[in-house]
Amino acid sequence: MSSLSSARLRRSIALHLFLTPLALIWLFPLWMMVIFSTMPDNGIFSPGIELLPHGNFVDNFNNLQRDTNFVGAIGISVSVAVTYTFLSVLLTSMAGWALARYQFFGKGVVVGIIFGTITLPYAVVLIPQFIMVARDFQLANTWVALIVPPLFNSLGVLFMRQSFSMMPDDLFDAARVEGVKEWRIFLFVALPLARPMLAALAIILFLASWNNYLWPLLINSQPGSMTAPVALGTLIGLTKVSWGGIMAGAVMLTVPMLIVFVLLQRHFIAGIAAGAVK
Amino acid sequence: MATVTLSNVVKRFGAFEVVHGANIDIKDGEFVVFVGPSGCGKSTLLRMIAGLEDISGGEIAIGGKLVNDVEPADRGIAMVFQSYALYPHMSVEQNLSFGLRMTGNPKADTDRRVKRAAEILRISELMDRRPKKLSGGQRQRIAIGRAIVREPQVFLFDEPLSNLDAELRVQMRVEISRLHKELGATMIYVTHDQTEAMTLADRIVVLRAGHIEQIGRPLDLYDDPDNLFVAGFVGSPKMNFIKAQIVGRDAHGVVVELAGQEKTRITQPLAGAAPEAGSKVIVGVRPEHFGSAGEGDTDLVVAIDVVEHLGGTSFLYARTAHGEDVVIQRDAAKVPTTSEVTVSIRKSYLFDEKGLRLR
Repeated sequence: MSSLSSARLRRSIALHLFLTPLALIWLFPLWMMVIFSTMPDNGIFSPGIELLPHGNFVDNFNNLQRDTNFVGAIGISVSVAVTYTFLSVLLTSMAGWALARYQFFGKGVVVGIIFGTITLPYAVVLIPQFIMVARDFQLANTWVALIVPPLFNSLGVLFMRQSFSMMPDDLFDAARVEGVKEWRIFLFVALPLARPMLAALAIILFLASWNNYLWPLLINSQPGSMTAPVALGTLIGLTKVSWGGIMAGAVMLTVPMLIVFVLLQRHFIAGIAAGAVK
Repeated sequence: MATVTLSNVVKRFGAFEVVHGANIDIKDGEFVVFVGPSGCGKSTLLRMIAGLEDISGGEIAIGGKLVNDVEPADRGIAMVFQSYALYPHMSVEQNLSFGLRMTGNPKADTDRRVKRAAEILRISELMDRRPKKLSGGQRQRIAIGRAIVREPQVFLFDEPLSNLDAELRVQMRVEISRLHKELGATMIYVTHDQTEAMTLADRIVVLRAGHIEQIGRPLDLYDDPDNLFVAGFVGSPKMNFIKAQIVGRDAHGVVVELAGQEKTRITQPLAGAAPEAGSKVIVGVRPEHFGSAGEGDTDLVVAIDVVEHLGGTSFLYARTAHGEDVVIQRDAAKVPTTSEVTVSIRKSYLFDEKGLRLR
């Protein structure tokens, strides 16, 4: 073995010795969530720590379904997240395109305001947004209320603006010289080139919608229109908390996202790292 | 095919003027090269003709029609970019046909044009490949093909060979020349490489800092430059400039003496008014216009620093007694072996202190 490859091996072993415990620490709560989802309520708080799954998952899930119509809530969550992700990716990329490619009066101010909104804590926006949507527009307990208010994502706009800014002007100039309309340039040249960034943005937005708890809790609290995290929250009652059901629900909410992330992580990393090197 | 006329064309970026009233008449089917150093405004001028940059003043006409406010696609032009600007997610065939497909051109006609371009450029076997699978020269061909399918009146080339290596550049230069002969279209070509300009152009427009310094046929610019800049820019190695002063006038013209070197007097025929005796001037000598001692007006002793052997020709990098650098071209067989050599000046050009040619 050459000295170079043995040095590499030593470095790799050292790295694994350092990172493996960290990964285990990070994964432990997730694993315990899976374990708890398979245990009866009274077993979860038993004194010993159980590290292997039991056989109570189906019972826990049945209780969850009976109490919250959880499958229906997941259906709502999926529909909201998919619609939101599609519309938000479209809107943020269109806004990013406009800010990256066009010169117009007040552009600097617009970009400044978008930057500014990132610094605002969500709690500051929450109450005015609730009053506007629920009282002024009378949209409480509707899909529109769930999907529309968070559609315009400042971070997404800036992310896409940066992505489009990094693309060479010549590509778009070539299309303009060829007589291609601006919206077709956006659709057929810019968007395909931004695919890794779009994939990353889509994952981030889907996750944000999927995990969103506070806004859906405020605006869609009627049974039958709740998203899955809100439905799960209703299991925490004043006198009884169904921990087994909550854990089973948490597993069902987490596993699909893990699968999506693992499948798309190549795009995700490519998108996040885009522009880091030329 | 069409004429292109620029009348007092001005370009400003904010308060900063980068093109100061350009006037150029390009004939139908002519190959005109805009040449100049980086930042001289040549690409801006081309982009204004293409319609990719607004013009701040003046008029541009293509085929006799004013196009100041006409969209790029409606100007009858096609452009080849320095970066090739190929769409990386499309195949060669899709790259060639993209513009026509997007503008609703009939499919049969699109197919015919793409096939013709592929035949002209000999790229038929590359049609299914993506740009990243192509070499630099092939990409350049596709970029030119994309211009050909538009069947434009005017081709615009923005430094199309800059990204190619030296050998491929020569090859593509010949290809572009062949294409011009074959299509007979008007072509405007931007480059900072004077060799490209000299070899391709019917006429060259030399630009500096947004001003047109001279327009003319390649050999006219070489043999008869209007000023110091054109004299220095056209030709490789560039013309040598030696400081001198006027010492008088005789029956044959004005007599100058090279600075710091007595008895190196040159007589220049001069039709116009001569500067007064004692005026500072600059004598320009092309490397090939140095001869052996006694062959020209005057002899000059130079100290040789470096000799470059290029096969049939050699270049001597030397210094005059006054410390001015000069490059001397010699046949390989006549390269001196001594560190000092006496050369003569067989032909020279005279420029005043402002750099204008004295004729």
